[in-house]
Amino acid sequence: MRTENQKAWLFVIPVLALVAFNALVPMMTVVNYSVQETFGNNQFFWEGLGWFEQILRSDRFQAALGRQFMFTAIILAIEVPLGIIVALSMPRKGFWVPVCLVLMALPMLIPWNVVGSMWNIFTLPKIGLLGYFLNDVLGINYDMTQQPISAWITVVVMDVWHWTSLVVLLCYAGLVSIPDAYYQAAKIDGASAWSVFRYIQLPKMKAVLTIAVLLRFMDSFNIYTEPFVLTGGGPGNSTTLLSIDLVKIALGQFDLGPAAAMSLIYFAITLLVSWVFYVLMTKDDQP
Amino acid sequence: MAQIKLSNLKHSYYPNPQGPEDYALKEIDVTWRDGGAYALLGPSGCGKSTLLNIISGLLMPSEGRILFGDSDVTALPPDQRNIAQVFQFPVIYDTMSVRENLAFPLKNRGAAPDKIASRVQEIAEMLDVVEMLDTRAAGLSPDNKQKISMGRGLVRDDVNVVMFDEPLTVIDPHLKWKLRSKLKELHQRVQATMIYVTHDQTEALTFADEVVVMQEGEVVQIGTPVDLFERPQHTFVGHFIGSPGMNVLPCQATGDHAMFEGHEVALEGPVTGDGGTLTLGVRPEHVAIGESGVPAHVTKVSDVGRHFIVEAMVGQTPLKAVLDHGAPEQGSEVRLSFDAAKTRVYRDGWIATQERGA
Repeated sequence: MRTENQKAWLFVIPVLALVAFNALVPMMTVVNYSVQETFGNNQFFWEGLGWFEQILRSDRFQAALGRQFMFTAIILAIEVPLGIIVALSMPRKGFWVPVCLVLMALPMLIPWNVVGSMWNIFTLPKIGLLGYFLNDVLGINYDMTQQPISAWITVVVMDVWHWTSLVVLLCYAGLVSIPDAYYQAAKIDGASAWSVFRYIQLPKMKAVLTIAVLLRFMDSFNIYTEPFVLTGGGPGNSTTLLSIDLVKIALGQFDLGPAAAMSLIYFAITLLVSWVFYVLMTKDDQP
Repeated sequence: MAQIKLSNLKHSYYPNPQGPEDYALKEIDVTWRDGGAYALLGPSGCGKSTLLNIISGLLMPSEGRILFGDSDVTALPPDQRNIAQVFQFPVIYDTMSVRENLAFPLKNRGAAPDKIASRVQEIAEMLDVVEMLDTRAAGLSPDNKQKISMGRGLVRDDVNVVMFDEPLTVIDPHLKWKLRSKLKELHQRVQATMIYVTHDQTEALTFADEVVVMQEGEVVQIGTPVDLFERPQHTFVGHFIGSPGMNVLPCQATGDHAMFEGHEVALEGPVTGDGGTLTLGVRPEHVAIGESGVPAHVTKVSDVGRHFIVEAMVGQTPLKAVLDHGAPEQGSEVRLSFDAAKTRVYRDGWIATQERGA
């Protein structure tokens, strides 16, 4: 028999309200800006998809997007393998386990702008510990405020320092959940260390690794605070990643329309790439 | 294939064991004949898994030697011992197909592809998994996974011994029986020595030709299922095997008689040795209700289908009897007689009567 009781909707209202105010309303405001032009005084003029076209065609956006993809690709290529290696070499039991875990978690506990400031001070050529050491002790010409290469290396190293732990901790959680019997069976089957990694550890880590890659992709693709504090996007525009550029347009130039359009494009790219990642990494999970 | 001999084996998980209580295994001397089906039976924590891991080479014993045939394998790693082990939880390689799983041990040892293919086919037929060969192993049911992990052991034709570490723990009850008979059948076909570790007496007694009963790191008795039931060498064996287990009663002994709660009880033969604490051991199956014997008060009668379990008090001592028919009323006063040929005295747990004519 069909029930006519619609009371359940009442219970959904709080969640709907919450989602509306923290996601839908702000999002729709951005959509609203992205299709209009304003000169202040609350006067708006219909612009259609003009801003989107302008942004997508602009060399500035394309360059920032290119830098963004390059940054994300580099840090994923370093952090994921490095995280796996570190997780594999961590002890599984005993006194050192909590010590390692705390050491690993430390960088992640530091606020993002503090990380940026720390690395800024650390790497400044004359006064920073690392900057001074590289230039005046080792004689390497390094100046992240002047040379794009130095700036890039510093931004990447900083991110690796800050976030590899996340991959390590997730992989470690996957590793410790593997029962000893698997390793024992592999020994008896005569499996090499590589086979153990390839057929036991990697498959068992796959679920957490998927999460780690997704989180690292999203975070690094949306990264703002640390490189902003460290280099401010410079020298020149060399480390101006998408989010830094977006803030420049929105709050520096106060071009709300183009900035809104760019935000939406940015969001769409993040969403699309995350989805593709997820589909690719879980596609052969079905038996 | 070879006979397996464990000689003066001891193992402690501590680096510097002080007394016997630090040893997980105390002094094990066992010889396992080639092609036999053995069970290692004992409660959790008795050292049976430790012993198994020592045979497979996953653990190095603190003292003693392991011989496969004439060669000393004590220091050899597992992959060089030609052994196979099936674990409590099925171990399969998730990302591989069933075929690849079965081929894995051969591939690791560099066998020729056509040999691998024919062995895998042969084993798959033996295990009834031919139709699953090309499916992914991750999707199989627990009993099939367990079959595959067994298959990975059997696929090598040079295997000395196949060891099972409580392999039916995660299997559904109705499939346990099937898998157990499969094991028995496999043993007859491949003729490899098999050692089956369990704490379940039914599994041990149905699988094995000979059962090794362990307690607290010691072997208390090795014998056929009939031996263990008919003449337990230790009160532990008597109590652990059988349902309900053997009655273990306080007593004194003189000659070939024991005194239990002030009543004289005839034994299978004369009592040997002296000193220690004596107990009287008699299985509930060998206690009968009759005209004469020890007076007892019936406290409980349970009908378990094939027979009755009678619980009674003799003085201050409870004991059990198993009767096929003619169970007394609860609360009634009866007289119990013990089958003298099956009634024995144990000294500090170990048997202390001589069989007449033995």
